[in-house]
Amino acid sequence: MDDQRVRGELPPLWNYGHETHDMIATKTLGFWLYMLSDALLFAGLFAAYGVLDHSMNAAGGPTEAQIVHPVAAFWQTIAVVTSVFCYSLATVALKHGYRQLVVLGILAAMLLGAVFIALEIADFADLYAHGATPQVSGFLSAYFVLIATHGLHMAFGLLWLFVMLIQVIRLGLTAPVVAQLLNLRLFWQFQSAVWVCVYVFVYLKGAI
Amino acid sequence: MFPHLQGPYSFLFGRFTLDAIPYANPIIQFAFAFSAVAALLIVVPVLYYKKIPYLFREWLTTVDHKKIGIMYIILGLVMMFRGFVDGMMIRTQQVMADGPNSAGHLEATHGYLPPSHFDQIYSSHGTLMIIFAATPILTGLGNIIVPLQIGARDMAFPTMNAISLWLTAVGAMLVMASLFIGDFSTAGWVGLIPLTELDFSPSTGVDYWMWAIQISSVGTTLNAINVIATIVAMRAPGMRWDRLPIFTWTTLSTSIIGLTSFPILGVALALLGADRYLGTHFYTAGHGGDLMLYTNLFWIWGHPEVYFLVLPAFGILSEVVPAFSEKPLFGYITMVAATFAIAGISWLVWLHHFFTMGAGPKVNSFFSVATMVVGIPTGVKVFNWLFTLYRGRITFATPMLWACGGLFLLLIGGLTGMMLAIPAINYTVHNSVFVIAHFHCMVLLIVYAAFAAVSFWFPKVFGFSLDERSGKYFFWTFALGTILVFTAMFGLGFMGETRRLDYLYNTKWFPALVIEEVGIGFYTLSCVFFFYMLYVSIRDRAKNIASSDPWGTARTLEWLTHSPVPFYNFAVTPQVSSRDELTYRYLNNAAATAPAHYEAIHMPKNTPVPIIIGAFAFGFGFGLTWRIWWLTGLSLLGIIAVVIYRSFNRDDGYHLSAETMAELESRPPLGVIAESQFLSRSDPHHLIPAKVH
Repeated sequence: MDDQRVRGELPPLWNYGHETHDMIATKTLGFWLYMLSDALLFAGLFAAYGVLDHSMNAAGGPTEAQIVHPVAAFWQTIAVVTSVFCYSLATVALKHGYRQLVVLGILAAMLLGAVFIALEIADFADLYAHGATPQVSGFLSAYFVLIATHGLHMAFGLLWLFVMLIQVIRLGLTAPVVAQLLNLRLFWQFQSAVWVCVYVFVYLKGAI
Repeated sequence: MFPHLQGPYSFLFGRFTLDAIPYANPIIQFAFAFSAVAALLIVVPVLYYKKIPYLFREWLTTVDHKKIGIMYIILGLVMMFRGFVDGMMIRTQQVMADGPNSAGHLEATHGYLPPSHFDQIYSSHGTLMIIFAATPILTGLGNIIVPLQIGARDMAFPTMNAISLWLTAVGAMLVMASLFIGDFSTAGWVGLIPLTELDFSPSTGVDYWMWAIQISSVGTTLNAINVIATIVAMRAPGMRWDRLPIFTWTTLSTSIIGLTSFPILGVALALLGADRYLGTHFYTAGHGGDLMLYTNLFWIWGHPEVYFLVLPAFGILSEVVPAFSEKPLFGYITMVAATFAIAGISWLVWLHHFFTMGAGPKVNSFFSVATMVVGIPTGVKVFNWLFTLYRGRITFATPMLWACGGLFLLLIGGLTGMMLAIPAINYTVHNSVFVIAHFHCMVLLIVYAAFAAVSFWFPKVFGFSLDERSGKYFFWTFALGTILVFTAMFGLGFMGETRRLDYLYNTKWFPALVIEEVGIGFYTLSCVFFFYMLYVSIRDRAKNIASSDPWGTARTLEWLTHSPVPFYNFAVTPQVSSRDELTYRYLNNAAATAPAHYEAIHMPKNTPVPIIIGAFAFGFGFGLTWRIWWLTGLSLLGIIAVVIYRSFNRDDGYHLSAETMAELESRPPLGVIAESQFLSRSDPHHLIPAKVH
């Protein structure tokens, strides 16, 4: 019963020099966890879409095959993927400390992200012009809310890209700025991954 | 395009008119008078003693995990009191409105509450107790205890921690606002669909309910991120995974559940919001909506939420039982495994809340078996606690009484849960008060554990112990109330009483209803003893000053530092060598060994950002509820602006020099002056050590 008593010298009781921890690593871990909750949010929306993607839920309104345009959405895919690519180039520049190239990469990512959102708005406007609004049926509600939620994430990402652009220019590549740039990379890549899921489960599946 | 709203609408005030204030209702008048007096009792002394700067500087802008935890627990206790008053009103209505000859008072035909008012009360009772009482109390405990148990200076993200608190408080404030401005949801805390749709609930009640939960659940999700990051990244050197105290393990598993389940609730409510605000058809009865989509999404969150609450309660029992048995916890590894088994299975059982949906025997069988499987890890836990008690040197201090009471409730609630897991039985008792009695046993287990935790860790946090004698009165009256109310309720369930009845047609239920009312009387008495306990403890605090280990038998790291815990937690980060670190130090005569010298430390700085975000979040929720679009828009812009401003002006805190630390530590800590009442009774050297790891 006495096996916890140490014979001889006791190991140290206090640890000195433990006062610094890796701020960027902790922030990145926290942001990964946030991305997990965001993934669950999209999981819920995809589940709702899966349930409501049924001719019964179209309630006499347009069905999936009638509203999706996989070719038009393909250009959206190209826009979001190249935007992520540009941002990745910015992170490569960040690794080497080229501030101007970081700014350039962020600008290109913003431009392509804006193209994505513009294409999406055009798509929605076209559907509205044909009377296919979210108020028509349960299916259209699910379609619009799923895609608009992703669109809102993209718009938020654009705002964040803009803020980071100003911070890189004004504050330089300080540790908090770098931590945010790395988290933004995670966020931006995640949105493109979600879009790929949207493209497959909504546009491609809908067109078949 | 947007749904048509009933009633007047103005740009400036949205749907709000002065008629929305129910000033003519005597019950609301009384509630308002009571709340106003309670508020004055707090505000007047604060003003009189000129404590507003102190309050702002030390509490409202704090990022200290202990103060945030204390505020979480105070919020939870206040909301629990309001939820209890709701429960008391439900019980009193039912005992008064039994049978066709029962008298009607005020505006009611039977009893004293008209149906719509009664419906609001059971809805707010459930919402308050689950979301705004149990959740904040357990979150607060995790906030206080987890960083101390792992030897951290603070949470991983101190500012975000404060934001979580204020978002939770905003949700609670919205529910409180619904009491005096407008009304609350009448659709139950689960939001029965399609009753929550705009066509059937045209008032702002459902909106209050929806946005209160939505905003506070953002806070809970952020807190879950914070706790996981803290436990993963902030552990003291030597605090290996196999040395993590069980309460920290359960808080970790509960945070994983919270992180992954609350987004689903967010989706369920956001889609309901789309239906109510944009006129979509997710859950409508026509136009291709799907009612059961809501019910499924809600319970995909709702069942993990049950384990989100119960796992920290299990963690508390796992800390309290060994401390008062003077033995190490039996079966540490199996306890951790059982915790994660329960957390995992929690995702596979949601459908047992509505076996009557008609999903068919195959689906029901799967969820029935999955539900029964939960009993295995839970049984492992119960036997672990029993084997810890077995041949232990048991002291029935107040925390131990609460823990033992919790064990009995777990047994009763668990076994009736096993009954309900069988679809055939479930069809018979579905929506009866038998189910209510079952889940109240489970949530009361959580309450018992929470009170065990409050009395157990109170001396650590405040530096003086709670009064034992009045604490025991509190426990026994509370326990008697529990027994009377819920034994009778199990019986009423078998006799066929369904839930949420404002009028009861069967006069044969009357004796049981009276027993329930007597039980409520004991609960009320226990509230009196609770406040008496606080009064006596604060009055006699000089006599009850706590040492760093006031119970004399505690085992884990948090008892190593001073009581009350200084704002920097540990002057020097401890080097952990054992699972039960304090016991290990006692056994090696090192428990009282202070660090030989001090080093400079780094602390996060207080900031008003969290409470400003909270204020904007309240404007956001209130604006959405009353559809005051300018307020909603401005609040949202305000939140975004504050976050962006903060990201530019990042303040990384301040340093305390080695000299300051030495000076702070040289002041005699309160606990050295007096030993606690228990310390003299047990010789710490006879503590049974945990195995070496």
